[in-house]
Amino acid sequence: MTIQFNDETFYGDFTFKNSDWAIKRFPFPFHEDSYMYSVNMEPHKSYRPGSVFERTFDVDEHYVSEMKDRARVLANDPLRCQSLPHMTLAGWDLVELIMEAKAAEYPDLFELHKDGNRWRWINKPLGIDDTFTFLDESTLPYGPMEYITRQTQGDFAVLDQRDDNLWMDAGMVTTQADWSLDFDIGMNFFEWHAPVPKAHEMGIFVRALKFLLNIQQGQPARRLNWTMTVNPLLDTSPENYHKWGVMKQGLTMENIGEKQHLRVELQTFFRLPRSNALVFPIRCYLISFNDLVKVPKWARRLHRVIRDLPEELATYKGFIDNRPLMVEWLSQFDDGTPTSDGIWPDDD
Amino acid sequence: MSAGTAKLNVTVAEVKPINDLVTRFKFVRTGGGDLPTFSGGAHTVVEMQDGGITRLNAYSLMSNPADRGAYTISVRRDDQGRGGSRFMHSQVKEGMEMVISNPVNLFSLDLRAKKHLMLAGGIGITPFMAQMHQLSMMDGNFELHYSVRTASLGTYAKELSERYPGKVHIYHDDQKEAIDLKTLLANQPLGTHVYVCGPKGMINWVHSTAGEMGWPREAVHSEEFLAPASGKPFEVKCAVSNKIVQVGEHQSLLEALEAAGIDAPYLCRGGACGQCETNVIGYDGKFLHYDHWLTDEQKAGGKHIMPCVSRFEGKTLVLDR
Ligand code: FES
Repeated sequence: MTIQFNDETFYGDFTFKNSDWAIKRFPFPFHEDSYMYSVNMEPHKSYRPGSVFERTFDVDEHYVSEMKDRARVLANDPLRCQSLPHMTLAGWDLVELIMEAKAAEYPDLFELHKDGNRWRWINKPLGIDDTFTFLDESTLPYGPMEYITRQTQGDFAVLDQRDDNLWMDAGMVTTQADWSLDFDIGMNFFEWHAPVPKAHEMGIFVRALKFLLNIQQGQPARRLNWTMTVNPLLDTSPENYHKWGVMKQGLTMENIGEKQHLRVELQTFFRLPRSNALVFPIRCYLISFNDLVKVPKWARRLHRVIRDLPEELATYKGFIDNRPLMVEWLSQFDDGTPTSDGIWPDDD
Repeated sequence: MSAGTAKLNVTVAEVKPINDLVTRFKFVRTGGGDLPTFSGGAHTVVEMQDGGITRLNAYSLMSNPADRGAYTISVRRDDQGRGGSRFMHSQVKEGMEMVISNPVNLFSLDLRAKKHLMLAGGIGITPFMAQMHQLSMMDGNFELHYSVRTASLGTYAKELSERYPGKVHIYHDDQKEAIDLKTLLANQPLGTHVYVCGPKGMINWVHSTAGEMGWPREAVHSEEFLAPASGKPFEVKCAVSNKIVQVGEHQSLLEALEAAGIDAPYLCRGGACGQCETNVIGYDGKFLHYDHWLTDEQKAGGKHIMPCVSRFEGKTLVLDR
């Protein structure tokens, strides 16, 4: 197998780590020295060999451990995965989308063999070799969406489209940045974004919804979003805030480099063919400040972005209290020299 | 993102006249291979190279959505129309290579429905054919009421009655048969969704009757693609691309923009999807809004136009394109 999979944890002793390869391909989200909220949507096309944008579904060294973490979270709280009855067909759509993409793009890791509706799926990293009947739920150990998303990194929001709106009617959500599927299930786009504070923000939501409703087969889209997390926690759910909220306290100049992580979400958007539903895979990437500053351009830029970020945004993203310490620590790596445009490291 | 949807290269595998007005076309992927799966109710936009003009018309996919080997559409000849359907009938031959769009669905089934009640008029039968394929595969509960002019113009009426015995009801206009909509709606089980596709009058009739009988708005679905209207030629200034564009008598504003090389989005080209909505920067004259998309308020406001179907009469029109 071409990828060396890490054996690591995202809780307890937190042994999560990024190799030099993973650092170099990290989806750093800032293309300039300041950050403004924008919809920043682009076509989800293969881009830059080796980057996280190359494949339909990125598989990296964290794959096996992330899937173990998902199984652990689900064992504690089965409500992290839900699908209303009319979404089963969308689940099959997702099975087909992921299996076909992974088998074509990672032939050394995944295989899909079809004999009519009789499908054989081989997932080598997880040691799975299953034969099942496509569209027949009784032939899988879980519902179709749960089956495939237990084998795919990232959270999944599966949305039904009707009445010119989108409805969060299914999902697998175990690595979220502070939102809850159990709370949002069955809500429409405006309900799960509520309360929308300002009228002009309402305008942004209406435009975003219109964009999403018009996502078509064969034309997936993507965007990056980011926040901060103390310790490499995948599961920062509101249900568990009492466990991870306290970790935000006790950061010092000595431990911040190791504990503070930039958390980047690669959000993708696909139209599903049989159900006409939409799926939003939300893949989470974590990098410690210590690893991030190994790329000099990122170190300088992150310092400037965090220093100049409007107060509301730092509050909204939940790190306003730790911001002064972050800025102080990052300033050691900023000699004031200019940074180049774009998100990639300079050394290539 | 750029105009339209992702494209598919296809070859015409079969051209089959169905009756005096309707011809069926079958497309396979050029060079072999599967076409994308689609869902019942989806359409494709067919590109026609007609002399110097590129025509793009949307047609519902009527084949089995699970069959990725081929797509089929049916085209009703419209001698009064602008030429797209005539081109399909007279120029398209087996073996011809064409370009069509990926499937787009603006008329999908509500999969929560306990029962799907379908009302078709004339060529409006085609999206239901794919939906019935899909539902019968999933053991879905459906019923079709199909109104045709005469038995000989009852496109696919016979096949459908045979394929889905007991679920298909045909009404012949020339025998004075008509759907008894009130009784039909009154006798549906709770959780039924109604779908209508056909002439404008039929669509309005179903919406208003269901509304009067207290059906929730979300349980009544319709689809009607409008053909772009012809009208007096007019001139448009495109502020972003800094071009002056002439719109011909039988050309839509969208087609004129495309011919001038201006990137203009679309999905349905029939006034239904909202994708082509364009901001008006200035005007002196009057709009002829034909779309289903803008609200009456927006239509009166003079700030938006849907270039796929709507027109303008007057001295100046400046668009944000
Ligand atoms: S293209 Fe759909 S409304 Fe104009």
